Amino acid sequence: MSTLILAEHEAGELRPATLSVVAAAAAIGNDIAMLVAGSNCAGVGEKAAALPGVSKVLVADDAAYEHELAENLSALVVSVAGDYTHILFAATAAGKNVMPRVAALLDVSGISDITEVKSADTFIRPIYAGNAMATVKSDDAKKIITVRTTAFDAVSDTGGSAAVESVASAGANDGVEFVGAELSSSDRPELTSAGIVVSGGRGMQNGENFAMLDEIALKLNAAVGASRAAVDAGFVPNEYQVGQTGKVVAPDLYIAVGISGAIQHLAGMKDSKVIVAINKDEEAPIFQVADYGLVADLFDAVPELSKALDA
Amino acid sequence: MKILVGVKRVLDYNVKARVKADKSGIELANVKMAMNPFDEIAVEEALRIKEAGNAEEVIAVSIGPAKSEETIRTALAMGADRGILIQTDELLEPLAVAKLLKHIVEKEQPGLVVLGKQAIDDDCNQTGQMLSALTGMPQATFASKVELDGDSIKVTREVDSGLESIRVKSPAVITADLRLNEPRYAKLPNIMKAKKKPLEVIEVADTGVDVSSGLSVVEVNEPEQRQAGVIVGSVAELVDKLRNEAKVI
Repeated sequence: MSTLILAEHEAGELRPATLSVVAAAAAIGNDIAMLVAGSNCAGVGEKAAALPGVSKVLVADDAAYEHELAENLSALVVSVAGDYTHILFAATAAGKNVMPRVAALLDVSGISDITEVKSADTFIRPIYAGNAMATVKSDDAKKIITVRTTAFDAVSDTGGSAAVESVASAGANDGVEFVGAELSSSDRPELTSAGIVVSGGRGMQNGENFAMLDEIALKLNAAVGASRAAVDAGFVPNEYQVGQTGKVVAPDLYIAVGISGAIQHLAGMKDSKVIVAINKDEEAPIFQVADYGLVADLFDAVPELSKALDA
Repeated sequence: MKILVGVKRVLDYNVKARVKADKSGIELANVKMAMNPFDEIAVEEALRIKEAGNAEEVIAVSIGPAKSEETIRTALAMGADRGILIQTDELLEPLAVAKLLKHIVEKEQPGLVVLGKQAIDDDCNQTGQMLSALTGMPQATFASKVELDGDSIKVTREVDSGLESIRVKSPAVITADLRLNEPRYAKLPNIMKAKKKPLEVIEVADTGVDVSSGLSVVEVNEPEQRQAGVIVGSVAELVDKLRNEAKVI
């Protein structure tokens, strides 16, 4: 039995999500191979070869893979799928985009967002916004899986020495083309891998007030997140959203400011190690999951917190 | 062109899911059910494309138990023209749903299929991508903006680092994200009218589609519950606890 992982990378580096997928693959227990697809990605292939537990790296270098188009990546994965019994992807926007295609092309079920490996064929995954955990068993010859990266501790990025080989491109689909991206440029840590996350909700009242959270985030080296309500209201862009349909985070410390705590939001952060809630409504459901709750007007508490962090 | 939209009947998003005592699944008897919120957005988008003069007909498809007819009627009340129910009492995996949708796509030849990006019950986020892979139609998932220009469609997508845009050729599969639009409410006269709109019911067995699945649910459990912690009296106390008790800052 052997496992293939589709690596995610940008700017010549593996994304942290991929290191967590390696941990999930290690829990399954097979030999691990990693597929690196991209344009001029030989350097990433070498980084993949250094991951502990990875015994083989396949590099597909072609402009067709530059923008992670799902049509092209899925065709490539299927072309190398061979005898692998497990094919793993991170449950990121990119991984979720590709995994179901690979499953459908191989005519097997996809298994989304696993949080635990029970055995090589049995996995646990959240359903209903994490209000229930389903144990699912796959009898398919190939298990096609996305991994919830916050549920698996990232492996180290050194220590391995895998063989690297190149594989042929599976070509480009002419029905789809990449047009452009408006990516946020931030020097803050990335939301899903940050050790501390400070999130704002509808209570922030507008986008300008998020500057208060940025100030705290800077002092704590934290990422800034938001509830769906704050994103829908246009306070902050979509990539800030934490929740069932946004990003799932599990930092050491999650500070929820002006967030009431709808189940859809809790689904994205309730596995954080320590949760702090600041809300003026003492009945807000967020307090039911918070380790430390402060019932206060955020417009008083947040500046005070910022000052206290300087002390 | 025709637009096909998928609508799934799910537990209403305001209702908290309860695990059945025998751990076989979620309690769905006598609880409020509704259209999957992402599918409402998909229906709305299809209607807007039609209202802009870029489509002639919007067909709402649901796959599920007989009561899914109510969900189709909701789509018809919003403005869809006709409905198709593929009836089954089995819980189907996304792969089976995608194969059944492919069956309808082959029959109806839509220029566009619009689905929600995920259903809020199984949270799979698979069906649109699978339908695209099975039919060869390109996919534009997690859409927050759709712009038609003849048979070329520019779709802005919500990705982890912001937004990206791609161009796909019709026929294509689009999956709707939250910010694509704000769905309309069905008005009472339209709810009445919807009752008279055509709704075809097909049994899964009559489609000839293999809906068997290699995946089975062993059991469903409650998640570990977090214990509520303490309410602190001041910012100073909070910072002290975080520094000296939790030791996270």
